[in-house]
Amino acid sequence: MRYSVFSLVSQALRGHQGWQPAWRNPEPKREYSVLIIGGGGHGLATAHYLASRYGITDVAVLEKGYLGSGNIGRNTTIIRSNYLLPGNTPFYELSMQLWEGLEKDLNYNAMVSQRGVLNLYHSDAQRDAYARRGNAMRLAGVDSELLDREGVRQMHPYFDYDNARFPIQGGLLQRRGGTARHDAVAWGYARAADQRGVDLIQHCEVTGITVENGRVTGVETTRGPIRAAKVAMVVAGSSSQVAAMAGLRLPIESHVLQAFVSEGLKPLIDGVVTFGAGHFYISQSDKGGLVFGGDIDGYNSYAQRGNLPVIEDVMEAGMGLWPGLGRIRMLRHWGGVMDMSMDGSPIIDTTPVEGLYLNAGWCYGGFKATPASGLCLAHLIATGAPHPVAAAYRLDRFATGHLIDEKGAGAQPNLH
Amino acid sequence: MLISCPHCGARDSQEFAYLGAADLQRPDGLEASLAAMTDYVYLRENPAGRLRELWYHRGGCGRWLVVTRDTRNHRIEAVEPARPKGTEAGA
Repeated sequence: MRYSVFSLVSQALRGHQGWQPAWRNPEPKREYSVLIIGGGGHGLATAHYLASRYGITDVAVLEKGYLGSGNIGRNTTIIRSNYLLPGNTPFYELSMQLWEGLEKDLNYNAMVSQRGVLNLYHSDAQRDAYARRGNAMRLAGVDSELLDREGVRQMHPYFDYDNARFPIQGGLLQRRGGTARHDAVAWGYARAADQRGVDLIQHCEVTGITVENGRVTGVETTRGPIRAAKVAMVVAGSSSQVAAMAGLRLPIESHVLQAFVSEGLKPLIDGVVTFGAGHFYISQSDKGGLVFGGDIDGYNSYAQRGNLPVIEDVMEAGMGLWPGLGRIRMLRHWGGVMDMSMDGSPIIDTTPVEGLYLNAGWCYGGFKATPASGLCLAHLIATGAPHPVAAAYRLDRFATGHLIDEKGAGAQPNLH
Repeated sequence: MLISCPHCGARDSQEFAYLGAADLQRPDGLEASLAAMTDYVYLRENPAGRLRELWYHRGGCGRWLVVTRDTRNHRIEAVEPARPKGTEAGA
């Protein structure tokens, strides 16, 4: 069923009794052309672009839980392309352009809202760094504006501009950035892929990857073996675990990142704002809750929950930016497991096992990358060559020294 | 999370700095192949379960410790000095 104002009106007249499930729930076949391990945002996006752009529909997505049960539903929903390094900027800009056309492409309301992303600076040195990043963005065709203090004050008069330690001097604004409804992104990709014939197999955990003579031949699952000549691992958070099934060790550690939401409020903040003197980012969902987050907990973790010290740290940073937050009650917090890579940038590449593909290492930045990540992996699987904007995301860059380290933190994943 | 420092007793994990896996063996930099050095610097086991890891007690005794912890639930099995007794610098 195509969603439109006409389908809505006709369903309304029939008491909304005729809506169909958004996707089938098929039994797995014995063999597919392509298997995608992981039914999260990136896996579902890969399936959609394989089917829609490259005409490969004999595809199954294998998900151990339910669709979108991992980080696609655990993030702070921010989309942006404000990166500095040449290996990153074109990739994230392609992602931003895909976001801009996503709802039409998927025929699904993902609530993409280009409400602007503003990074605040608090010192002369930080202004210089942001000016440089803004210039790098414009050179790559990405919009950016450097605002002074009064420019920021016009947008957000309620911040603490005269904070004794971290006075706000201005900010770098990307107006095209914003937010999207994270679950709807997964559901929209799932529905679009399913309509083109992709099998979405839920509650089907991959327990082994079969490799013969250096070639992948399929996977073992809790619902029996499935054969395929091409298998893609799209399981950020658990990449090391799944790659180990094929005998691979990855340049990745798993860490937990927490996010928070307040009680529902009237419209209060109409863009995404990041505090530059600590790690804190905040926006307001259409439901009214303030959505915010900060640093990872700092030590390896597969627990999808966080600990109190980081909660305290995030709240302190929030109060440093906006003292009025102290009157608001926190409603919920949760944790997701991140693939923290050794240079803070992702990997979309082939592996030493022929036919086995890796999409991993998204660190904090997986959500905004969802469309381009799916498109670039689909391109790699379909054509055998990396997509031009993802050519730097190689697995062997750690051996060759072509690292993409935006933060300059070195091989210490908990510092990225 | 509390870490029972063998020198200071049970302390809040915020007193400690985290480095990562404890059992990486640094190859001899002059003799080592590029592959061996890449493995050491970048590749990790990253287990979901038991992990021996290095923590530095910066807010206490200033010693490096090996903490054996389950990464799924943060249960700590053992905390030992990173260097065995008698081999510390100045001992």
